[in-house]
Amino acid sequence: MIELRGLVHVYPGGTRALDGVDLRIPDGERLAIVGQNGSGKSTLVKHLNGLLRPTEGAVLLDGEPTDTIRVAHLAARVGLAFQDPDRQIFAGKVRTEVAYGPRNLGRRGSELAGAVDAALLAVGLDGAADQNPYDLGYSRRKLLALASILAMGTPIVILDEPTTGQDAAGIERVRRIVEDLGAAGRTVIAISHDMRFVAESFERVVVMGAGRVLLDGTPAEVFAEPAWPTLADTYLEPPLAARAGARLGLGATPSEASLIEALAARAG
Amino acid sequence: MASSPAAPPTLAIRGVSYRYPGYARLVLEELDLEIAPGEIVGLVGANESGKSTLCLVAAGLAPASIGGTLTGDVAVDGQPTAGRATHDLAASVGLVFQDPNTQRSGVTATVFEEVALGSVNLGRPVTETVARTRAALATLRIESLADRDPARLSGGQAQLVAVASILAMGPRLLVLDEPTAQLDPEGTRLVGAALRELAGTGTALLIAEHKTNLLDGLCDRIVGLEAGRIALDGPAAAILEDPALRAIGVEPPARVRLAQAAAERGLAIPADALVAAGTIGPTSAHGVAAGGEA
Repeated sequence: MIELRGLVHVYPGGTRALDGVDLRIPDGERLAIVGQNGSGKSTLVKHLNGLLRPTEGAVLLDGEPTDTIRVAHLAARVGLAFQDPDRQIFAGKVRTEVAYGPRNLGRRGSELAGAVDAALLAVGLDGAADQNPYDLGYSRRKLLALASILAMGTPIVILDEPTTGQDAAGIERVRRIVEDLGAAGRTVIAISHDMRFVAESFERVVVMGAGRVLLDGTPAEVFAEPAWPTLADTYLEPPLAARAGARLGLGATPSEASLIEALAARAG
Repeated sequence: MASSPAAPPTLAIRGVSYRYPGYARLVLEELDLEIAPGEIVGLVGANESGKSTLCLVAAGLAPASIGGTLTGDVAVDGQPTAGRATHDLAASVGLVFQDPNTQRSGVTATVFEEVALGSVNLGRPVTETVARTRAALATLRIESLADRDPARLSGGQAQLVAVASILAMGPRLLVLDEPTAQLDPEGTRLVGAALRELAGTGTALLIAEHKTNLLDGLCDRIVGLEAGRIALDGPAAAILEDPALRAIGVEPPARVRLAQAAAERGLAIPADALVAAGTIGPTSAHGVAAGGEA
């Protein structure tokens, strides 16, 4: 269980990026955080792995304040894949890059090799294990950064804009990874502007604006018509399936599949 | 909007093949592409299909800056780009990368200076540069960032600054490689509007982008790449509805996906239910939220 209590973060320049956030995230939940650029999403998740410390309030991991947990112990529990993969990648070989995290957590031998292979397979980079990360294009470097986090096997996985720059096949991979993590009982927290991904791969959506939580609910609730003015205030729009469902009087249809099912049900 | 067919193309790529230095494989193969003044062309394709490489070739950076071997001809406004100095080419061709950090000059202290830098380097009078810089910041509604350190912006803010820098230069040809990858929906909309405005002044645009939702309604024409060759080329609406789009690994826009998914079940969704929302957000003036490293 992750618990944020009255979390406030003020950057050295005086920007109040988080302005009192209360949030409880149970183990195994798939939670998406949405909001416009500058709404505090990245600042929030950086508190979960100890990259940032609260200015006020507290972040509790299984009841323990994160600022009292040693960073090395926190790293074994929370993995964060950055929005910009180049802030993360440093090794000369794809395999070495992915092995770094689990090796630091004490994995060795076949256990280490197994974790690396599984992570590379999940992101589709199994054929690129011996390449230099910087010979990969941006989208594959992003998948590499994701593999590096997956290989650590942390119970909590945080993904910052995982679908950015991915083509159709890459987005499908990311969707499957989120689904598999969820099925394995791990907590997945993703920041995303991709509303279709958010509506179809997550069970809970938190909408942020100006450092506060504006909406918190299932995709059906957050993308339902009554919530649209709040979304619009923070320059977000629901996925087209949700808008079409409302226009056709079909109720809440956050995912494309749910819209088609609702349409079929009405047609009899 | 494309101008009369009589106008010579702003970009003419003829019979171009390209390989990166040290690699045997051709990344682009026997490629032909012309873009008319004011025409907006969307470039789609799976990752590694050659989109980014074609952007570098169209902008004259490959092979001039990054090496490699190019055969065939590339011309901007009828002038071959081969052999032209970077500063000479910069007066007519702009390039916006997917990663704004690649683009940042690293030599300026404020966003205003950063956006002005390209125009200054073109040797324009100070008053003109200042006016162009102000206009570019206003178009993308990032006036509030003018005094900020360009090295300390969020990904989305940095991307808007990168686009503003190119707008201020006012190129004849603008090449954008996933210009909205880091942007929220509002930033994406602002960039779309800015690009449409720029095309209205006669600038030709080539936009590589995975978000077909964005290309739909913005582009006159869509070109689809597959393994370094042009697989699809035609009017935007026709290509975006073409089943061949999926075959080259490109997801059609949401309206097309939903219409196709309904049709597969023998259902129909009225077209007016699938119209994109268009303008989003409150009607009040909007500054990009002044977040820190958000």
